[in-house]
Amino acid sequence: MDLELKDTPGQLVLALQPISDFEGNIVSVVHHRDKKTPRGMIPVQVAFEISGEKVSGLINKLESIGIIVARVGEERLRESRAGILIGHIIHSDIRDTIDQIDATGYAEVVDLTMSMPGIDQRSSARLVINATGKVEMEYAVELLRNIAREKDLLLIEPI
Amino acid sequence: MKKIRLSIIGFGVIGCGVAKVISKKREYIKHRHGINLELVGIGERNGGIACEDGIDPIEAYNLAKTKEMGKHPCWKEEMSGINVIKEVNADIVVETTPTNVDSGEPGLSHMMTAFKNKRHVVTSNKGPLAVAYKELIKTAEENDVQFRFEASVGGAMPVFNLVRECLQANKILSIKGILNGTCNYILTRMSTEGMSYEHALSEAQELGIAETNPSYDVEGMDTACKLVILANEILGMDNTYKDVEIEGITRITIESLKLASDKGYTIKLIGEVETEKLRVAPRLVPKDHPLAVGGALNVMSLNTDLAGEITITGKGAGAIETSSSILSDVINIAKTLR
Repeated sequence: MDLELKDTPGQLVLALQPISDFEGNIVSVVHHRDKKTPRGMIPVQVAFEISGEKVSGLINKLESIGIIVARVGEERLRESRAGILIGHIIHSDIRDTIDQIDATGYAEVVDLTMSMPGIDQRSSARLVINATGKVEMEYAVELLRNIAREKDLLLIEPI
Repeated sequence: MKKIRLSIIGFGVIGCGVAKVISKKREYIKHRHGINLELVGIGERNGGIACEDGIDPIEAYNLAKTKEMGKHPCWKEEMSGINVIKEVNADIVVETTPTNVDSGEPGLSHMMTAFKNKRHVVTSNKGPLAVAYKELIKTAEENDVQFRFEASVGGAMPVFNLVRECLQANKILSIKGILNGTCNYILTRMSTEGMSYEHALSEAQELGIAETNPSYDVEGMDTACKLVILANEILGMDNTYKDVEIEGITRITIESLKLASDKGYTIKLIGEVETEKLRVAPRLVPKDHPLAVGGALNVMSLNTDLAGEITITGKGAGAIETSSSILSDVINIAKTLR
C-alpha cells in the first residue's frame, strides 16, 4: 500500500496504528523522508498481511484521519515452489491433477512445462505452484504427493 | 611403544585395503602416535590366518588378490571369521564383511562374538548397524569395550568423529546429504552429458563405481542404511532400515534433469532425517547449494543449534579412503588402551 503523509511529526505512527487495529501483520515499511510528492506530502510504502474483507474498512479509516491512500496492490499468492513429476502424466489426466490443486482456493498451478520423449515412454513435467502462505503451500504439496501416489507418478520436491 | 593387535574379519576389497594401509602407514603411526599396529588374524568364510607373532599385511594382501590365501603358511580351514575372533588374541577386531540389510549377518554375529570376548570393534559394515543398532551398543557397553563405525557412513568423510570431538556442545537438529557415490555419479553424468540412466549406469559399472548388481545402490537401500545409522547414533533415535521411506533413482529421466536445470536446479538422491522422519528420495537441489556436489562425491549437512549448518564433503567409497576412517577409529581406540 502506498500512502502519503503530511510532513509533520507523529504521522507515521498515526498511519500504522489502524493497520494494527485491523489485525494486519506489517512486513515492511519504507519511509521516503527525502522525497516529496507534488502536493508536498511524504510517500510511505507499507507491506502487510491482512484478511481480504478488512481492506476497505482500513482504507476508509486511513482516509478519515487525513492519510492519502495512493495505491493498493494485492499479492494473494506469495509462496512459490517448483516440482518435477515423472511418469505417465498425460494418461493419468494432467488436467485433473491441476484442477485438484486449483480447486483448493489457496493454491494454483501457475506454470507447467512438459517433455514427452515418445509414446509409451514416461513423460517429465516441471510445475510451479503458488500459494497464499507457507501453511497453505504445505497443504498443497501434501495434496500433490497424494495425487502422485495415486497416479503412480514420481514427485521430486526441492530440498 | 604401545603394541596393538588387530584382526581383520572379511578380507575382501575393504579388508585388503585396511591391510595395505596398515603396511603403508605403520611407521608413520608409530612415530606420530607411539602405536605399533600388529596384524595377528585374518578371518574369511572358508578359513583364516592366525599368527600371534604378526602377519605381513602385504603378503596377505598379495595372496588375497590372486585368490591364494590357502597358500599362506598359517592358513587353516577351520579358522573361519568367528573362530579367529574367539581364538586369536586381538585387542581390536576390524569387521569388514559385506553388508547384509536383511539379517545383518555374518557381521552381526562377528561383532557380538567380539564384544563377548572383550574385544573392541571397528567396522565399515552397515548391515548390523541398520538392523540391530541398540543391541550392538548395549552389548559393547555391557562388556566394557569400544565400538566405532566411522567408515560405515560416508567412507572417508569424518561424521561421527566430527560430532563426537568437535560438536560436543551442539544438539544436532537434522541431517541431510548425498550418501551414495554411485547414485551421485549416475545423476551427474545424466545431467552434465545428457546420458540416459542405462548408459550412465553401465559406464559406472565399467569404472567399478557401481556393482554388477547395482540395485542396492540405485534403489536407495544403501542410502537408507546410512541414514538409519546417522539417525540412531547422532540424533539418538531407535530406527531400523524398515522405518525409512525409500525412493531410488531408477525412475529419473534425462528430460526431468533438463527441466530442473532450466530453473537452476539439479536432481540428487538425498537422505534426510528430521523430526522422527527418515526419507530417501530424489530431490531438487539449487545448483549453487552446498549439497550440489558432482561426480561420485558424498556430502552431508548437519543442522546444529549452536554452530548452525556444518557441511562436509569427501569420497564416500574406495578401499583406501574407507580405510582412512577405519584406521582413525583404530588409533582412537588404541590411544585409550594401556
